[in-house]
Formats: sequence, C-alpha cells, structure tokens
Amino acid sequence: MSIQKTMTINMGPQHPSTHGVLRVVVELDGETVVKARPVVGYLHTGIEKTMESKLYYKALPCTDRMDYLAPMSNNLGFCLAVEKLMDIEVPEKVKWARVCLAELTRVNSHLVWLGTHALDLGAMSMLLYAFRERELIIDIYEACGGQRMMTSYIRVGGLAHELPKDFEKKVRKMIKVIRERLNDYETLLTNNEIFIQRTRGVALLSAEDAINLSLSGPLLRGSGVARDLRKDNPYSGYENFDFDVAVSNSCDAYGRYLLRIEEIRQSLRICEQAIDGMPEGPYRAHVPGVVLPPKEDIMYKMESMIFHFKIITEGFKAPTGSVYQAIESPKGELGFFITGDGTTQPRRVRVRPPSFINLAALPKMCEGGLFSDVVCAIGSIDIVWEKLTDDVV
Amino acid sequence: MMEQAVNISENIELFVKNEFGDAVLGVDYFRGDMTISIKAESLFDLCEALMSDDDLAVNFLADITTVDWLGHDKAQSGRFEVVYNLCSIKHKYRFFISVHLPEENPTIRSLVDLWEGANWMEREVFDLFGIVFDGHPDLTKILTPDELEGHPLRKDFPLTYEVPQFSWNKDDPPEVIK
Repeated sequence: MSIQKTMTINMGPQHPSTHGVLRVVVELDGETVVKARPVVGYLHTGIEKTMESKLYYKALPCTDRMDYLAPMSNNLGFCLAVEKLMDIEVPEKVKWARVCLAELTRVNSHLVWLGTHALDLGAMSMLLYAFRERELIIDIYEACGGQRMMTSYIRVGGLAHELPKDFEKKVRKMIKVIRERLNDYETLLTNNEIFIQRTRGVALLSAEDAINLSLSGPLLRGSGVARDLRKDNPYSGYENFDFDVAVSNSCDAYGRYLLRIEEIRQSLRICEQAIDGMPEGPYRAHVPGVVLPPKEDIMYKMESMIFHFKIITEGFKAPTGSVYQAIESPKGELGFFITGDGTTQPRRVRVRPPSFINLAALPKMCEGGLFSDVVCAIGSIDIVWEKLTDDVV
Repeated sequence: MMEQAVNISENIELFVKNEFGDAVLGVDYFRGDMTISIKAESLFDLCEALMSDDDLAVNFLADITTVDWLGHDKAQSGRFEVVYNLCSIKHKYRFFISVHLPEENPTIRSLVDLWEGANWMEREVFDLFGIVFDGHPDLTKILTPDELEGHPLRKDFPLTYEVPQFSWNKDDPPEVIK
C-alpha cells in the first residue's frame, strides 16, 4: 500500500482573504504548498454581452460596475476607446480634469488595497485609517457625479457636468491630509517587524515570469520592469505631467507594498499639477450628432434639442473597425477593445481585465511557499472580482 | 517618440512580409494602430519569430480576444476573427495580429508554449466563443458554469433574463425572458 504524501485542501470560495469569491485548490506537503490551482468564475456577470446589446452611449454605466474601487478609471478607458473609434478630440480642460479624477481613483483603490491587505496580515487598525481617508475622495466623487461609487461622471466626449465649484478646494484638502497621513501609515507598517516577516521574500515573482505571464501594473513593476502606460503610451494628456514611475526590484510582497505607497505619493503629485494648471474651457467637445450637447443649450437652442433627442433615442453610427485603448488603471493595464460594424451598437466590447490576467500568476507565487503565505500572495495581487470576472468579473 | 513608433511599425511590417510573405493577407492601419491579417496555420511560427528577434523584441502578449462577425460582410473570410494584442516593452509599441476562422470547427494553434499568460486568455475565448486551441494543456471552461451549454458571447446566443428566485416566488419555475 502506498502512502499518500500530500494533502489537498480547498480554500474558498467564501474565504475572507479572497475579498470576493475565489476558490483555490491547494495541494500541501506538510505546511508547504506543492500546487495551487485558482478556480474563478463565481461572479461572472457577462457585462461584455450586456454592453454589446446597448448603444455606445448607454453602455457607459456598465463600466463603473466592473471595478467599484476605480469607477473613474473604467469610465475613462471606455470613453477614450469610443472617442478613438469616432475620432473625437476633447477640449484641454476635459483632459486635465480626467487625469485628476483618474489619479484620485488610483489613490482610492490603493488605500482600500492597503487597508485590506494589512488586515489580512493581522494589522487591523490600518483598515480603519485607510477607509477614513478614502471618505475624502468619495466626497469629491459625490460632488462631481452625485454618486459615491458608481459615478459615470466621465462621458463620451467630455464630462457629465461642469466640475463642482469647490472641486479645487476639496482636492487640495484631500492632498494635504493624505500626504500627512501616509507618513503615519508608514510608521505603522514599513518598519513593523511582524509585517516585514509576513511579506519580505514572500510571493516571489521574477521579471521574466512576470512578462511571460502577461502581468501588468504594480505586479509587473514590483518585479523591476518599468512599464507604465502613462509614460509609455501617454493618453489624455499625461505627457504634460511630471511624475516618476515607481519600480521595485525586490520581486516580493513587501516591495509591492512600498511601490503602491510611492504610487499614491506620485498620484497626489499629479493631482496637484492638474489642479494648478487646469485650463479654462468647455467641459464637453462640440461634435454634433455624436456628443450630447450641454444641458444648458437644450432648453433654448433648437439644434441642440434635436441632437439630444436623436443621440438618446437612436445613438450614433460607428465606422467598421476595431480600436484598442489601454489605460494604466490602479490594478494594471485596463484595455477596451471596441469593434464597430456600421451600426449604432458595438459588435464587440472586450475589456482586458487586469485582475483576471494577474491572478493567473497565483500558482507561481505560492508554490514552494508556506500555506499561510497564500493569503499574502492573493492580497499582493490586488483583485477586484467584478473586474476579474466580467471577464470573470 | 512619434518617429520611433513609425520606424518600429515599418520594421515589423517589413519583417513579417519578408519572412512570412505567403501567410500575410493584408496590413491595415485604423486610427493609428497596425493590424496584420495572417493565415491561421502560420500564427505560431510568426509569433515565435517575432518573439525571438532581438531588434523587434515583441515580448509581451497583452490580450487575446475574438470578434463574431455573424451576418456581416466580413464573415466571408471566416466568421470568427481572433485578435492577438502584442506589445514590445522595449519599443513601447503595440500592434495586432488578426486571424479569421471558419464557422465550422474553428481551431487554431495555442500560444501557451510561447507565453504562459496565454493559458487563461485562451481558456476564456474557448469558454465564451467555442474556439478550440490546439496544444493547450488544460482547455476547460473558466468563467461560465459547467452546466451551461453554448458559448455566450457568440452573436446567435440570445441575451436572456432569468427572474430571480426569492421566498415569495420559489414555487414558480424561473422564467427565461428573451
């Protein structure tokens, strides 16, 4: 009779550290992980199919729901892709406002990541602090789009409304507060012996593996590859901003933590520049028949009224062809691949989901490590399930 | 930087036309992005050549997706268009390779031997479009439930709505609205 040396354990799909519904089938030899197999798809919502059944304009609110921590990034990616397909140039002010909002989103997403990741590793107070600071950003969202999470504020061709009057004041306050509090976080975690022991040298991933596995975002930069789409293929006017790409060569979970903290600092820097240099101008492009006319015009201009009616009821026809627009979302490369076919609905909307593709690296990060480090590896990927599973979202 | 992008796209176009002249069906520019249409059987060799060429350094497979052209003129060259999104991190350049596959038995060689990242992307395309990737180590469903039949992102798969089951309607069978 042969003796089985390994034991197979099922983790999830309702495990608290997975922040959603991820199941990992882990094969253990004692405490060491021999094999890990992630099972996804518990939250597949079919958002792509839904978007394909709507007019271009009306598919937008679906994008918020893919990643509830980064709604503005998702709006931005979709709008840039549709604008590329329709060949629309937006006003300068819109570009600057979008950059500012996208960077706010990055701070928001990284703060939640920081809180939940630290919570997974036992540092409970971090969660409360991170959510307290996040409230400042959520308030700005609320002032802009009227909603705290599903904002749909960035629209095809511009923004939904003019920026709120106290936008500048609120953003400046947020920058000041978070900059100070980041130092507090670092005193809690960066030199914390327990945190270091749980993260340093854990969930290792070499640069070759990271490229071979198509990873992006902090996971790729955490392995020493300086690929940031904001620098490499600038969109929405990122080339006008002065910031550094954070890179860590340590390839482990601790390096990814330091990298994300640095990214928050850089994002605040970009926000500050965007606020300082925000140009004056309209908040929406003037492209009759494609971009909705400003709400103020509809009441007393006949053409605006007609275009408004036509765009809402019929939509606009897109040319036949495919475009791909990628942005550097907080989780990595978020790409929208949109195919037009001469009708008012997209033939294909493909979202390149950064979380989903990054999760494929989980076996590589876990195997050979300890079972308790699986939690740390999942945390350091930074998964949001909706994003994962719309495509898994 | 703009100039560099022009150079690299020309280099890739030349390279592909010189090495795989017979396989290239067309090179297309739309909104500044290059798409190379090739025959399905040379996909693997082309990607391998692009990857191992040190000057071009096409080392990053960003995405694999598919467009279903059912009922459109484009379906004449094959109903399914599989699009490979390739990047060169060194040159900061992105381009696309497109392959048309027929409606009956759409099969193409898997790229997992070149990029491990292709594993989940190909499983997703297999699950949602029913494209078979030859040589894939574990071609199983990834997103949809095991009992679901068909491939949801195909255009002939209906967009349906199922009434959720609560305590007040638990005895009614779920109604599928098409």
